[in-house]
Amino acid sequence: MNEERFDAIVVGAGPSGNAAAYTMAKAGLKVLQLERGEYPGSKNVQGAILYADALEKVIPDFREDAPLERHVIEQRIWMLDDTSYVGMHHRSENFNEERPNRYTIIRAQFDKWFSRRVREAGATLLCETTVTDLVRDLKGKVIGVRTDRGGAIVHADVVIMAEGVNGLVGQRAGLRPELKPEAVALAVKEMHFLPQEMIEQRFNLKGDEGVVIEIMGTVTDGMTGTAFIYTNKESLSVGIGCMVSDFAENETTPYALLEAFKNHPSVKPLLEGSEIKEYAAHLIPEGGYRHIPELFGDGWMIVGDAGHFVNAVHREGSNLAMTTGRVAAETVIRLKQLRSDFSKADLALYRKTLDESFVIKDMKKYKDIPNFLHGNAANVFGTYPRLINEAAQRWFRVDGVAKREKEREIIASFRKGRGLRGLIGDAFKLARAWR
Amino acid sequence: MHIVVCIKQVPDSAQIRVHPVTNTIMRQGVPTIINPYDLFALEAALALRDQLGGSVTVLCMGPPMAEDSLRRALTYGADRAVLLTDRYFAGSDTLATSFALSAAIARIGETFGTVDIVFTGKQTIDGDTAQVGPGIAKRLDLNQLTYVSRIAGIDAEAREVTVERRAEGGVQVLKTALPVLITMLEGTNEIRRGSLGDALRAARADVTVWNAADAGIDDLLKCGLRGSPTVVKKVFAPSARAEKAEMVANDGQSSAQDADALIAAILNRNPALDADLRRLSAGF
Repeated sequence: MNEERFDAIVVGAGPSGNAAAYTMAKAGLKVLQLERGEYPGSKNVQGAILYADALEKVIPDFREDAPLERHVIEQRIWMLDDTSYVGMHHRSENFNEERPNRYTIIRAQFDKWFSRRVREAGATLLCETTVTDLVRDLKGKVIGVRTDRGGAIVHADVVIMAEGVNGLVGQRAGLRPELKPEAVALAVKEMHFLPQEMIEQRFNLKGDEGVVIEIMGTVTDGMTGTAFIYTNKESLSVGIGCMVSDFAENETTPYALLEAFKNHPSVKPLLEGSEIKEYAAHLIPEGGYRHIPELFGDGWMIVGDAGHFVNAVHREGSNLAMTTGRVAAETVIRLKQLRSDFSKADLALYRKTLDESFVIKDMKKYKDIPNFLHGNAANVFGTYPRLINEAAQRWFRVDGVAKREKEREIIASFRKGRGLRGLIGDAFKLARAWR
Repeated sequence: MHIVVCIKQVPDSAQIRVHPVTNTIMRQGVPTIINPYDLFALEAALALRDQLGGSVTVLCMGPPMAEDSLRRALTYGADRAVLLTDRYFAGSDTLATSFALSAAIARIGETFGTVDIVFTGKQTIDGDTAQVGPGIAKRLDLNQLTYVSRIAGIDAEAREVTVERRAEGGVQVLKTALPVLITMLEGTNEIRRGSLGDALRAARADVTVWNAADAGIDDLLKCGLRGSPTVVKKVFAPSARAEKAEMVANDGQSSAQDADALIAAILNRNPALDADLRRLSAGF
């Protein structure tokens, strides 16, 4: 049994692992996928929005049988203070296209579907099997894994670690450092069930149309974090998350924030009458580019959340997971054709391909944002949302005050709230971080 | 030694709900598991095989999706799996089920070697009848040992098995000759964690799928709904028992006084318990 060899072992059956295993199996490679959960998806939590482009590049015809909830035709971004919000909404009939760009999904169903496609493509999946160690040869090259099912070793040319945010196998093998509290967010979410017609009425939708709302503001209590409401067919996904270091520092809990969020006067009417069916929590690697670990070495690659591939600004993660999984798989396929020994030098092709793609370009673009937010959380998530909401109210209230006077009051409130030097400094820092 | 273990795929009763209006069990989206009692039977079978050699065949009657449960049984280390599935089996009660399983076990004997022991769980957690095991034993003319808590010993030469059987007021030690059907009780063993080799084999193994004809059943009138004399008269969810709660006030006394008041209240309502405790404490 110990003699059995695979072309590749994939650790984990989330989006990145499934994309990798599917791509390699489809190309005729002998793939073993190991998942510690009872079934694929049992350990996975996401908002969840599916970005079609990334999946389409793995499974072009996914729309035919994937369990999709609604396609997104409207994006709302809200900035909350304690009683109000200022929002930017974009809704377009153009999003009612033949191959919509974004969907809401329920991960439990989606992951089950994805895994079935992976197995149909020919990969062998073992659940309830935890990888305990990477096995190396005398030169230090990874040549296989050991699992918690006895001492047997499974050999493979290459091991792709798609093990998710905690990256325990990589950590234990010394391939990556331990996660830092300031580099991960802890998010909690609830599934609120509502009849389909009620969701369509409340959000002005018909058929499979959907709305997603991303929210920031005083609801995170001055901590770096965001909240969201996504429309599924017969439920709303409602969640909030902040950096773990912030929770520790402020001694608050995620569910306390979620309760406050759900009771916000702008949120409460949307949830009215719903029945909570699920509660879930998960870590999100939001440290950005500077926290991406070493991504490849002799006989191994890291993909997905384990590689810290999350674009927190644009709320992208699962698409980066699928893309990195696919690129790693394509690297293996290519190297196999070249009869490579899967050395570090050869696997550098993985990093090179990612560097040239939107994945690393986007991660690099926002590399300074986490630091900017960390240093300015109280202002970004507290002072500014308050000032902007106050300004909006002053502006829209008709009360016999001259408009010029209102402008003056608004400007004065900003100068008083944040100070001239603070305003200029923040603008400068943000511009530099955004560049 | 060729051992057959009958398993059933059941909804995970910990996650099941009853529809408030129709009173039917809402199976949709409820995860399925192997009937927990069957796992004690499977482990007992695997342990016997490890001790004596031979093979373990798991047999399951159910819809095509029951293959998941059989594959799981293979992961634990069973040697082969047979899924008995046919639309003619739909709606089977315990009589029809034991008829179909008996035919399949006979066919398993012809195909994979004479069967020495058939294991089942004590009962399923969805039907709770405990009738199918004895039904199979009767039809196949096997000695039957029900409510077995432990296999005490087996003598392959003499073809005899000794078991401990839990009975009211004690444990019976019974010995009988093979072939035998044993229904296993909970709690005396724990299903093993299959090796990586077993898991790999299970992931790729072919589950043998038999329909009624494959299992050698030609009398379809004895199958499924038509072969099931059981009629369900009424399904209902029992209402919660309305027992009045009694509040014991805390009047700002010490916690020892509170505890005394609480104990007094409990004993007051349970004279039998009160008497028992008095009797026991008399010995001190």
